[in-house]
Amino acid sequence: MIAAADILLRLAAWLLVAPLLPGIINKVKAWVAGRRGPPVLQLYFDLAKLWRKGTVLSTAASPAHVIGPAAAWVALIGAALLLPVGPAGASLSFRGDALLFVYLLAFARFCIALAALDTGSAFEGMGVAREVSYAVLSEAALITALLTLCVQSDSVSLATMLAPSAGTGAALLAAGLFGVLLAENCRVPFDDPNTHLELTMIHEVMVLDHSGPTLAAILHGAALKLLLFAVLLAEAVLPLGKLTLPQAAGALIAAVFAVAVAVGLVESLLARLAFRRVPLLLTTAFLLCLFALLVAWKGGKP
Amino acid sequence: MSGAMNLLIGLAMGFSLVALASSRLPSVIRAAALQGMVLGMLPLLLEEKFHWLVVAVAIGTITVKGFIIPNLLRRALRAANIDREVEPLLGFVPSLLLGAAAIIGAAALGSELPLRPEHAKTLLVPGAFATVVCGFILLMARAKAISQVCGYLILENGIYLFGLLLINSTPLLVEAGILLDLTVAVFVIGIIVDRIQREFDTLDTRKLTSLRE
Amino acid sequence: MKEIYLIALPLVFAGAAFAWPNERTRPRLLPVAGGLHALLALGLFLNPPSPAKDAWFGFDPLARAVLPMVSLLFLVCVIYGVAYLQIRAERKNRVFVTALLVMLGLLSLALQAQNLGLLWVAAEATTLVTVPLLHFNGTARAFEASWKYLLVGGTGIALSLLGSFCLGYASLHGGGNGDLTFTALVAQGASLTRPWLITAWVLLLAGYGTKMGLAPMHTWKPDAYGEAPGMVGALLAGGTTTMAFVAILRVKQVVDAAGGGAMTERTLLAFGLFSMLIAALFLLGTPDFKRMLAYSSVEHMGILTVGAALGGAGIAAALFHVWTNGLTKGALFLSAGNIRRAAGAQTEDKVAGMAWRSPASARIFVAGVLAVTACPPFGVFFSELKIILTTFQTNNLFTATVFLGCLLFAFFGMSRLVFAIVDGRPRAATRATGKQFRETPGVIVPPLLFLGLSLWLGLATPPLLRETWATAAKLLFPAP
Repeated sequence: MIAAADILLRLAAWLLVAPLLPGIINKVKAWVAGRRGPPVLQLYFDLAKLWRKGTVLSTAASPAHVIGPAAAWVALIGAALLLPVGPAGASLSFRGDALLFVYLLAFARFCIALAALDTGSAFEGMGVAREVSYAVLSEAALITALLTLCVQSDSVSLATMLAPSAGTGAALLAAGLFGVLLAENCRVPFDDPNTHLELTMIHEVMVLDHSGPTLAAILHGAALKLLLFAVLLAEAVLPLGKLTLPQAAGALIAAVFAVAVAVGLVESLLARLAFRRVPLLLTTAFLLCLFALLVAWKGGKP
Repeated sequence: MSGAMNLLIGLAMGFSLVALASSRLPSVIRAAALQGMVLGMLPLLLEEKFHWLVVAVAIGTITVKGFIIPNLLRRALRAANIDREVEPLLGFVPSLLLGAAAIIGAAALGSELPLRPEHAKTLLVPGAFATVVCGFILLMARAKAISQVCGYLILENGIYLFGLLLINSTPLLVEAGILLDLTVAVFVIGIIVDRIQREFDTLDTRKLTSLRE
Repeated sequence: MKEIYLIALPLVFAGAAFAWPNERTRPRLLPVAGGLHALLALGLFLNPPSPAKDAWFGFDPLARAVLPMVSLLFLVCVIYGVAYLQIRAERKNRVFVTALLVMLGLLSLALQAQNLGLLWVAAEATTLVTVPLLHFNGTARAFEASWKYLLVGGTGIALSLLGSFCLGYASLHGGGNGDLTFTALVAQGASLTRPWLITAWVLLLAGYGTKMGLAPMHTWKPDAYGEAPGMVGALLAGGTTTMAFVAILRVKQVVDAAGGGAMTERTLLAFGLFSMLIAALFLLGTPDFKRMLAYSSVEHMGILTVGAALGGAGIAAALFHVWTNGLTKGALFLSAGNIRRAAGAQTEDKVAGMAWRSPASARIFVAGVLAVTACPPFGVFFSELKIILTTFQTNNLFTATVFLGCLLFAFFGMSRLVFAIVDGRPRAATRATGKQFRETPGVIVPPLLFLGLSLWLGLATPPLLRETWATAAKLLFPAP
């Protein structure tokens, strides 16, 4: 009974906090640009509005078009439950859950891509092609980063992997994971979440045909994914396991907030990269994680 | 002491990768220059005691590698009115991956080779080999003369890094060799760059293909 | 310390040449310096000084075995150079003459260097000073050749510096005190740290092998030899490559003393045979007779390397071959330069019938090609015979087979091209330019002299020379 309550509480926390992050990022962007910007809670309003609306379905769409976003959303929630929250640990933890975490993220991407392809629009097909070809590189980086943590802590369970800091290679790992975060969540300089210029869109292309609750699921899922990566980055770098409970909670919240601000600053200060340069940046992120792995491997031994 | 050194050597390796990934000539030159400056600081960390010769070497290296040569290259770039775009013969991503492979290989090689106790904790050997190989990749994988010269510079930097192992035992030799090599080689290369512009109106060495079987 | 004059004299003359105001008379400094240098070298050859201990350079047996050849080569080449620069009066010769003299000084330094670092500095400086020589013609093709030479040669020389450092570290790690003279390194023997020794050998072989032009690091050679003036080609093929070969021999001595003899022999043999093979294949295909000489040079560098791989007797034979090859190449490059000028082109589709256009040069060229492809009674035949005999003595039948096969193909390739150029009817384009070029004694006598020297080495090798080569081989590589 207590276990069930615990899971429900965490679930509620993840679901409720997630839409806050895009709000913070937008506020930072507005602040840098000297605007007032939308309220921090804007995404909550949007989600509520979308939830109330009806869905418009293409005549060509099959049930996959609706099931896809829902399944992706569920997969992301599953990933969130696997990720430990600082000293509170994870609600589910077992040997090898790091692998399941990666697979759930990949499955979520697959579902979104499938739903997009289901419309039969060539335009969405293009978006899917871009999304998955970048994913090949960013997943390599993510897996390498997790591998680094594995080597560092001699464990394949997220709870023990994320408790200590990433050691001497922490700076490399942080930079690499931050790159992965930007790429996975379609932020500048990989993609521009604000753009609606067809030729340069990646993520936005895939969700063009969704409306109402399915779009809400996708938007909320995206926010959840951003939060997931921010927490992962913070826990990989900070030695949360060594701190007391209040300290750790404070550090985690501050770190996630800092990541959101950093994303906002990057978006304000950098321009979107030319398409052909994107693989180079992702390769760089991969190499940063790889060198962190190397440092963990070689430097870990006395 | 060795921690700060390793940080600098790591930075230097990072600059080789930056040079490999850069798509603009000025940033390739900048990466090579910064690498030279970082390496120039190393002798100061290597020596426990403050010796005027070492300081002189450090200052000389930083001036030559960090300012004089990059300025010569920039001047050549301006004088010859060269397009700033790097033209890779081998794409940026493959060169970057090759460079990373070189670093990993050098780390593996470095752990195989026996070192004196005072060098055992430093990254001098892997750093040197990695930088040499990265320079070599840049030298071979780029079409423009300026980027080839930058590749040669990075290769030189790697050798200089290795020379630091011997700076206590045969200091004059190491320094004289490097400085002579660098100044004169780039001077000559600079003249040649000047010529190439008059002869070809471009710095694309792919056009240097009239001599072949 | 008479040997220092061998280095200082050309450098002093280089300074004088640089300051010399008159374009027309400046080239005459060349034979004066060359003659004095040759006399000095002869004097030292006949009365070798006892080598000073711990000196950074000295006239040791190895220097004694090769330096007089380089001096002789230079002398005959610059005699040709006086006539050549008269013909090419339209080009400024200040830098060219200075660079030639500096090159002689640096070659003397490098051949006498007893210190790993000094050897490297001299080799590096030689690379740099060669660039203006290659660029003498000032054409786009000459520029391309010097660019490639600088890039490939510069990389090679950088690798050899890295190798020198590795050898230095091997000594330091093995308990040395940072003394990089060859005697000290040899004395350290087996205490040199093994992994560093192997790394050093690989890098030094690659580095100096590039200078020497061993395949696959030979790519600069055809371009450089094809575009450089004939006399520069002769000096590169006989002087610079000899320097690199001597460097490899000196390093091999150190590695052998440290117990790496089997490794050095295997690698040298592989490089040597590969160079011969590559050269033979390219000789069969090249249409350009100056580039042909470059491939022939690659082949002969392979022969030298094979000789060096065979130990004591092989090294003596290789030193013999340094002489015969260097002097015969002199005849070839100088006569090829004459033919090139008379014909105005250097490929077989544009050049033919040179036996009518420039009869003397064409005849010397044919004789030179026969000499360099080891036809008796020229010197190359005897030196190569010695190397072959050594392969038989050491039961290296595989080497002997490949060696002879490559020689055969090289002969096919070279004779094919040479007779295509010499025979037949002069081409229309050739006829137009042919009238401007006269075969004056100034451009005919030096190659003839080279041919005579090659013949003399073959028919009547002075016993003193034989003894010198044997001494050098024995001193550097005592029989196991």
